[in-house]
Amino acid sequence: MIRQHWWKILGILLLVYVIYGGLLFDVPDMPVIRQTIRNIYFHVGMWFGMIFILFMGVVFSIRYLSASQPDDDLRAYAAVKTGLLFGLLGLLTGMVWAQFTWGSFWVNDPKLNGALVGILTYLAYMVLRSSVEDPEKRAKLSAVYNVFAFVLFFVFIMILPRMVASSIHPGVDGNPALATGDLAPEMRVVFYPAIAAWFIMAWWLYTLLFRTMRLKMDVDALVDDYNQ
Amino acid sequence: MQSNKVLALIKNEFVLEWRQKFALGGLLLYLVSMVFITYLAFDGVITVPAWNALFWLIMLFTAMNAILKGFVQEHGGLQLYYYTLVGAQEMIAAKIAYNAMLMVVLGFVAFLVFVVFMGNPLDMLFVYLANMVLGVIGFAAVLTLISAIASRAKNNFTLMAILGFPLILPMLLLLIRVSLACVHGAVPGDYLTDMVAIILLIIVTIVLSVILFPYIWKE
Repeated sequence: MIRQHWWKILGILLLVYVIYGGLLFDVPDMPVIRQTIRNIYFHVGMWFGMIFILFMGVVFSIRYLSASQPDDDLRAYAAVKTGLLFGLLGLLTGMVWAQFTWGSFWVNDPKLNGALVGILTYLAYMVLRSSVEDPEKRAKLSAVYNVFAFVLFFVFIMILPRMVASSIHPGVDGNPALATGDLAPEMRVVFYPAIAAWFIMAWWLYTLLFRTMRLKMDVDALVDDYNQ
Repeated sequence: MQSNKVLALIKNEFVLEWRQKFALGGLLLYLVSMVFITYLAFDGVITVPAWNALFWLIMLFTAMNAILKGFVQEHGGLQLYYYTLVGAQEMIAAKIAYNAMLMVVLGFVAFLVFVVFMGNPLDMLFVYLANMVLGVIGFAAVLTLISAIASRAKNNFTLMAILGFPLILPMLLLLIRVSLACVHGAVPGDYLTDMVAIILLIIVTIVLSVILFPYIWKE
């Protein structure tokens, strides 16, 4: 299924629809938020895409730890890279949104801090990878860190804010984007396709990254062989 | 996991620590110097939230130093020796337990020195100290696995800081909230959920460490 084209075409079509519908369809006019509500299709979608692909990364890391296939390590790495990109985009779209609704690009809020901590965690993962030279050791250490970090990060952004902290960011009592009662019906026709589109984009980007990384590795191995 | 092996390992850690008193002494000196520097830098003028923040920063850096040395000290031969004697899970459990005990001791010393230099603005000393004990145990739980990872890579102190800070932040934020509540004089309802959250975080971290450590232990 992965080698076929149809899901990529579907992703592109969905994304084109989301951009068109997201910018032009009617949305409810709410105080303060006004037209910026359209950002929900992009900001929330990218954030969901990030969580999805990071979760896949953890799955690959666990698979690496149980089977020690070098490909799984590369897969986890590619997934984290994709997740970082989506996380940064989610953060940027969120900051723009914050500027126009809360009046500043950054507010001291548990959810925003959680997002930044997540980015820092995965940047640390990159540093860890670059500071170990032996491939097998690198794969093991980074897989262990990936699982450890993901669980703590997940607790931080999903559970703690709901348990303790008050937040001005929506999503404190359950997730408003998923609670269908909260989202206006006319927005759902764009929102759900948007989630699907960002998931597909994240997965597509991940497969591309993984394949280029593996090709690079193969080329390096060939060059080494030739030189010897 | 066999508890008698864990206990033997913990005892072993204490004996090793006692033999190398300079390491412990170094830590204490580090701690006192940091408190003294903050005392000089702030020149006695300090608000209560800043007092609290400084205390936790000092605890954090002390924990980083204290816990990193646990794995770095061990060279290859010694590790191989342990490897033939005990399992990985016993090893990490003992390390976490030992680090937690060490940190509790260091925590009380730090608190004492800190209060002597910076004064004591607390109304609820008991809750504050209970929270501190929870906090340092939490630091030990998170940082032990991180130090195991960092000690196997180059640049271990930098790496330890980079890997550890983002993961310790959730706990640190909760701890600072609880201790600020103590400073302001709170009712139990204000801080109990936070404390339960800290305990849950500690349990999650320890379980994860015990599951994950065996994979990096065998080399």
